[in-house]
Amino acid sequence: MTSFRYTAIGAAALACGLLAGCERPPVDTVQGGFRGTGMEQVYNPRILAAQVPLNTPPPPTPAASDDGPRAREVYKNVKVLGDLSVAQFTRLMVAMTTWVSPEQGCGYCHNLENLADESKYTKGVARSMLQMTQHVNSGWKTHVADTGVTCYTCHRGHPVPQQAWFTQPEPARNASRFTMGDDAGQNHPNGEVGLTSLPYDPFTSMLLGGDNIRVLTKTALPTDNRRSIKEAEWTYGLMIHFSKALGVNCTYCHNSRSFASWEGPPQRVNAWYGIRMVRDLNNNYLVPLTNVFPRDHLGPGGDVAKVACGTCHQGAYKPLWGAKMLQDYPALAGPQKGATPAAAPKPPAEAPVNEGSASPVPRPALASTSSAPVMALAAVAGQGATPTAVAGTSAARVLFRLDRTDLDADAKATIDRVAAAMKSNRDLKVNLSGYADRSGGLDHNLDLAKKRAFAVRDALKAAGVDEDRVVLRKPEIVVGTLDADWRRVDITPVP
Amino acid sequence: MGFEYQNIFTSIQAVGPACMGVPLPENESPRTGKNPWMIHLLGRFGNAQIGPIHLSGLAIAAIITGTLSINIMGLNMLASVNWDPIQFIRQLPWLALEPPPPAYGLKLPPLNQGGWWLIAGFLLTLSIFLWWAHLYRRARALGMGTHVSWAFASAIWLYLVLGFIRPVLMGSWGEAVPFGIFPHLDWTAAFSIRYGNLFYNPFHALSIAFLYGSTLLFAMHGATILAVSRFGGERELEQIVDRGTATERAALFWRWTMGFNATMESIHRWAWWFAVLTTLTGGIGILLTGTVVDNWYLWAVKHGVAPMYPAVWPPVVDPATLQGIKP
Repeated sequence: MTSFRYTAIGAAALACGLLAGCERPPVDTVQGGFRGTGMEQVYNPRILAAQVPLNTPPPPTPAASDDGPRAREVYKNVKVLGDLSVAQFTRLMVAMTTWVSPEQGCGYCHNLENLADESKYTKGVARSMLQMTQHVNSGWKTHVADTGVTCYTCHRGHPVPQQAWFTQPEPARNASRFTMGDDAGQNHPNGEVGLTSLPYDPFTSMLLGGDNIRVLTKTALPTDNRRSIKEAEWTYGLMIHFSKALGVNCTYCHNSRSFASWEGPPQRVNAWYGIRMVRDLNNNYLVPLTNVFPRDHLGPGGDVAKVACGTCHQGAYKPLWGAKMLQDYPALAGPQKGATPAAAPKPPAEAPVNEGSASPVPRPALASTSSAPVMALAAVAGQGATPTAVAGTSAARVLFRLDRTDLDADAKATIDRVAAAMKSNRDLKVNLSGYADRSGGLDHNLDLAKKRAFAVRDALKAAGVDEDRVVLRKPEIVVGTLDADWRRVDITPVP
Repeated sequence: MGFEYQNIFTSIQAVGPACMGVPLPENESPRTGKNPWMIHLLGRFGNAQIGPIHLSGLAIAAIITGTLSINIMGLNMLASVNWDPIQFIRQLPWLALEPPPPAYGLKLPPLNQGGWWLIAGFLLTLSIFLWWAHLYRRARALGMGTHVSWAFASAIWLYLVLGFIRPVLMGSWGEAVPFGIFPHLDWTAAFSIRYGNLFYNPFHALSIAFLYGSTLLFAMHGATILAVSRFGGERELEQIVDRGTATERAALFWRWTMGFNATMESIHRWAWWFAVLTTLTGGIGILLTGTVVDNWYLWAVKHGVAPMYPAVWPPVVDPATLQGIKP
C-alpha cells in the first residue's frame, strides 16, 4: 500500500511539474467561422484583465482654440506643426511629454534654456517621429483606418517603445580548425518567436528587407515553386511574432484549412498592409535616423531600433483595443500645409516590395534602394502621381486574351507609355515577366508565358527601346489560377 | 483485499538461477557476460536479470558509428552555444545540427554549413543498418522469426525517406530534418505549412490511423492479459497452444462487448501490422509531398476530399494581385 501511495504522490508531482508551463483554465473560446472548422479565438480572461491598464489610453486634455497666431510665427524652428495655433501647439507638446517622457519632462528633447535649440538629438528624432505618425495616419489608412496612431500607441510612457527590435548579430564563436556550431539563425529560445526553435530574427529579412513571406504553391501539383522548408520556418517564425504581438491565434487572419487561402477573415488584408507599412516605416523613417542616435542607443550590430507588429500592438488585436486617440489630436492625422517637406528624412516612397508569387516584382535587397525608377514608371503606368501607387504590385501590366500572345490596343498603349518613359529616362531598365493561367497543360503554359514576354520585348524594341535595357526574367510562379489576370506580362523597373 | 489483484504494478518477483538461454548453433561467437547479475529494481519493470549480452562485430560497429554520430551532433550543439556547458544544458531542447542551406542543392557543403550534418547523418544511417543486421542475425541464431527486424525496417524506411530519399528526389539536402529536439518538431510543422496542410495528405491520415490504432490495440491487449492473469493469462504462448480458462474468459469478454475477438495469437499479428503500417504509410505520405503533390489542401479540393463550407466572411481578394493599390 505504501509504495502505491508514494508512486501516486510522485505521479501527481510529475503532472504538476509538466503543467506548470500551462495557463490555468478555464479559457474563453470565440467561434469565428463555420462550425467545426476550428476557426476560433481562445482568450484567457485573467490575462485580458491584466492587460486592461496597458490598453487604457490616457484621458485627452481639453481641446485648444484654433485662434491666434500660428506656432511658426511665434516660435523658431517649428518645422512640422507650425500651422497649429500656439494654444494647440502647446497642448500637443504637453501631451507628447506625458506620452513619451513623463518622468524626464520637456528637457528630454528640449534645451530648457532655449526651446528652439537643435542640439539635442532627441529633438530631431521626435521631429522625424511626428512626421512618421502623420505619414501613418494619412498614408496607411489601409492598416490603421481612421483609428490612427499617436505617439502613445508605441511609447506608452517610455522614451523608447518597449517592443522595438534590433538585428541579431551573428553569435561570436571561437575560431578553430574544424568550425562547427552554425545555428542557421535559429535553434535558441527567443521570445520574439514564442520560445520556439524557429529563426530568431525573422524581422531583418522580412520586415526591413522585402523577402517574400509566402511559401505555398497555388496549384495542387508541383510547378516551379522552389521555396524550401527552411524558408517556411522563417515565415513561421514571423507569423508566431504576429500571433504573440496581437494576442490572437493563427485563425484570427487565416483560414484554418489553408493558410494561403483568402477565403477567411478579412483581417488578413489589414495584416498584409501592416507588413508593407512596417517595411516603409523601418526603411524610410527609422533606418535614416541611425546616425542621429548615440552609439549606446543602437543595437549590438550598430543598427537603429526598428518596429514590428508588437511595437504598436503590444499583445492586443488592435493597439489600445482600438481606442481612438487620434481624433483628439487632429494635428497628427497628416502633414500640415505649412510643413517643410525638406525636413523629412527621405521622401516616403514605398519601394516595390515583393509579396507572394502573385506579384512577381523583382525583390530589391532593401526596400529603399529603388525609388527613382519606380517613380518614373509609376507616372507612366498612369496609376496616380505618387510613387506609392506602384509599389507592392507590378509597375505596368500587359494583359492578353486566353491562349493568345498578340497585343491588343490597350496592351500597345501601355507598351508605348513604357517606351516613352524609357526614352526620357536613359537609366531605366525593365524586367519582363510572362505568365499564363492554369487552363491547358503545364508545358504549353510555360511556353505561352515565355512567348508573351517575347511579344512585349519585341514591341518595346519596335518602339525604339534598346534590347539591352529589357531583361527577360522568369518569375517564381509562371502558371497561376484560372483568373484572367494571370494572362499577362509584368513590366517592372530593374532596381 | 481485491486491490492486490488489480496488478497494474509488478508486485511479485520470481527469482531463480540465472538463465543462460538456449544452446548456440555452430560457429556462433560466445556470448559476452558469462555471469549475469540481478537488479531488484529492474525486476519491478521487466526482468531483473542483466545479461548475457551478445556483441558481434556488427553490433560493435553499430555502437561506434552511432556514438560518433551522436557526438558530432552534440559537439555542434555545444559549439552553437559557444562551448558553454551551462547554456548547453539549459538550451539543449532548442539546439540542433541543421542540414545544409538549400542553396547547396545536393552538392557537398562546407563542414559548418551542413557538412557536419551529412557526416552525422551518414554515420547514423550506417549505425542503424548495422544494428538492423545485428538484430536479424541474433533472431536467426536463436531460431526465431525475423519479425522484429522487419518492423524495425519499417521505421528505417520512414527515417530514410525523411533524411535521404526525399531530399535526393527534391534535389536539396536542405529539405531534410535537423537533428534536434524542438527543431525537428518545428521542422515538422513548417513541412506541413510549406506543403499546404498535411492534414489533407491521405497517407498521413492512414499513418495517424495506424498510430492511434496501435495505441488502442496495445491498451486493449495489455488490459485483457492483465485482467486474466489471475487465471494464468500472461502465459500467452501456452494459452495459444492449449487454450485455458484465461483465454476463454478474455475471448468471451470481447465477444460480449464488441461481438468479435482476436485470438491469443492473432492479436499479436494485429499489433505488428498496425505498428509496421504506421511508418510504412507515413513514409509514403512524406515521399509524395513536394515530389508529386505540392499543396495537399488544393489536391484535396481538386479531388473532392476537402468539403466546401458556406461562406461566412465578406469576400476579400489578395491585395498582392490588385493593380494601382497603395502601395
